[in-house]
Amino acid sequence: MSWGFLRDLLSGVNKYSTGIGRIWIAVVFIFRLLVYIVAAENIWKYEHDEFECNIKQPGCENVCFDHFFPVSHIRLWALQLIMVSTPSLLVVFHVAYRENREKHHNQKLYKSPGEIDGGLLYTYLISLILKTGFEIVFLVLFYKLYNGFKVPRLVKCDIRPCPNTVDCYISKPTEKMIFLYFLVTTSCLCIVLNLSELSYLIFKYSIKCYLKRVIKNRQGSKSDCHKSEIISHNRPAAAGAVPKQLPVLASEHTR
Amino acid sequence: MDWGALHTILGGVNKHSTSIGKIWLTVLFIFRIMILVVAAERVWGDEQDDFICNTLQPGCKNVCYDHFFPISHIRLWALQLIFVSTPALLVAMHVAYRRHEKKRQFRKGDQKCEYKDIEEIRKQRFRIEGSLWWTYTSSIFFRLVFEAVFMYAFYFMYDGFRMPRLMKCNAWPCPNTVDCFVSRPTEKTVFTVFMIAVSSICILLNVAELCYLLTKFFLRRSRKAANPKHHPNHENKEETKQNEMNELISDSCQNTVIGFSS
Repeated sequence: MSWGFLRDLLSGVNKYSTGIGRIWIAVVFIFRLLVYIVAAENIWKYEHDEFECNIKQPGCENVCFDHFFPVSHIRLWALQLIMVSTPSLLVVFHVAYRENREKHHNQKLYKSPGEIDGGLLYTYLISLILKTGFEIVFLVLFYKLYNGFKVPRLVKCDIRPCPNTVDCYISKPTEKMIFLYFLVTTSCLCIVLNLSELSYLIFKYSIKCYLKRVIKNRQGSKSDCHKSEIISHNRPAAAGAVPKQLPVLASEHTR
Repeated sequence: MDWGALHTILGGVNKHSTSIGKIWLTVLFIFRIMILVVAAERVWGDEQDDFICNTLQPGCKNVCYDHFFPISHIRLWALQLIFVSTPALLVAMHVAYRRHEKKRQFRKGDQKCEYKDIEEIRKQRFRIEGSLWWTYTSSIFFRLVFEAVFMYAFYFMYDGFRMPRLMKCNAWPCPNTVDCFVSRPTEKTVFTVFMIAVSSICILLNVAELCYLLTKFFLRRSRKAANPKHHPNHENKEETKQNEMNELISDSCQNTVIGFSS
């Protein structure tokens, strides 16, 4: 069980994503996950060993390290990556549910189980909102825990058993700061991508809904654009009627 | 998830690259990524532990190390390799988009579509022309820019490519000017020079590929202008044969790479 599991998970989601979603997955894979594994992990590997205080008092170093790093940057980073990737599972589960339902009823209930419409659209939008929410929460957590994204060279510590105010030196502070800024930049980029995808989907489906209503009003029949496109083999007349009423939109659904 | 995953992602792009592009990819994986993983990481593995300063003052070593190595060579190379590999993704995305469009046409039953089945679309190799040419050329341009930026950053940060044995440090809390000794300076210099040399070779390959693409573009334009009724099929067959040969060469190289990469 390692990061390869996350990679497989995200590859599975790729199939049901929009174009922007796929760019998001590429950014997470390459600029966050790969950078974390090949570069960042090694910087924080010996952070406790290399944390040095100007004192021989046993226990002082441990206590000061614990005070200044309640949760290490690298662990927070890993948690952020996991939490941010997980909402995509909702989409995978929903598609699996749709496929199971089709199997159970033994008939084609949806045009395509992976197509983002109806209930799956809401699931997708919720996953986007959750992803963005987690990103923002972790960025705020980083900021609050460490008083910004700077890593100081020197911290002053006076917790028991340190006998007085002691100078403690953090190892590789500049390198850590560079990678923290890199993390913040990629997080912000991912937030922007998520918000664009959200706006794009809301805009696209509002336009679709509006056009459906306009066309159906002209034809003089009622429509309910919150239901998903359900095709039933038992009612070929109804299925045949749909393309006539919506000649423009029918072509959008074929893939 | 590691460099092997990057290899999988970029391997797909390889099919649609020119011959020079395929050589570039092989050089990237064998002479840069593999060397980084199997050799360079070990050389820099103990860099802070074995960085010794001639003082007992606690904190002086940490501060001096941070002052002389704001970002370690090994991390800078890893970032360089990631950034330099990324523009190829633009080409991968463009190809995926084209394939998606062709699949849509095929499913619609478009009579213009000349494929027999979906598998053929999936395996098809796109020629580098039209919008794909622009994407491909932009990706090479960005690669060049990233290579140059990282090489300059390296030179600027470390005042050249040599690793000195001794550094003099007087940052606080060091009580006065203190001698600090770097571990394995000669080995580090050798690897640094090697990586810079291979970066330069990659830059030359990218420049050559750019020139090749531009030359091909202008020749094609002048041929179209001179002879608007030329037969595209004959040219296609010749180029397809050349492409197949290139693929055979690259596939044998790829098999060697796959054997090494983990």
